[in-house]
Amino acid sequence: MKDNNLNDQPMRSQPDDGLGPTSDIGSRLRALYGAVQEEGVPDQLLDLLEKLDNAERLHSERSQQRGE
Amino acid sequence: MGTETTSFKREMLSTLPSLRAFAVSLTGKHDKADDLVQDTVMKAWAKQSSFEMGTNIKAWLFTILRNEFYSQMRKRGREVQDSDGAFTERLSVHPSQYGSMDMEDFKKALSQLPDDQREAIILIGASGFSYEEAAEICDCAVGTMKSRVSRARSRLQDMLKVSGESDYGPDAVSTQVTTSNHSF
Repeated sequence: MKDNNLNDQPMRSQPDDGLGPTSDIGSRLRALYGAVQEEGVPDQLLDLLEKLDNAERLHSERSQQRGE
Repeated sequence: MGTETTSFKREMLSTLPSLRAFAVSLTGKHDKADDLVQDTVMKAWAKQSSFEMGTNIKAWLFTILRNEFYSQMRKRGREVQDSDGAFTERLSVHPSQYGSMDMEDFKKALSQLPDDQREAIILIGASGFSYEEAAEICDCAVGTMKSRVSRARSRLQDMLKVSGESDYGPDAVSTQVTTSNHSF
């Protein structure tokens, strides 16, 4: 009954933890978790990451200019 | 130099949806989860020199988020947390393939688990971590992680059995897709 082909299961965890693709609890957990994942990442978070990245790039460019 | 920053950013971006789902499971609220993820991103960014490219960034970020969550809880006091954790809020995307009552029962059962068991079963069953990785994230022994997951699983099974045994047998999940998609 149990599917042992681990390579075909991207969200698969350990072989005998009872949470695999044929398990009721495992699929419910992943459905719930997946529903949040599908909401996407809020813009404010993406903006924050963008700002951090830009600030860092600017900083390293400036320190490079100063250094040479 | 610039490319290294960008790939750190890219790696973080790819982990954010899962990190956010874990945050929702800890805080039980979307707005709090988003604040927590935001704090985590700032912390991680400040610590990025301590992260080795090519190693497991997902586990690293989950560790930071979890530590941040518990340290904020300690500072604010447990009673401030007005939710019982897990996915108690209504989700904007309804989990497909399950009827809404089904899922409400499951969410309730999940929220009744002790915190350490709930986070264990989520990290292993949904986030896709190995026991070793999950043990490292939660700063406990691998054996402890295994027993938390196994206790969580049997408690969930018991609770779900009580709440509606006739609705689904062990093999009902796969066949249910075609039969009960009426709820949204």
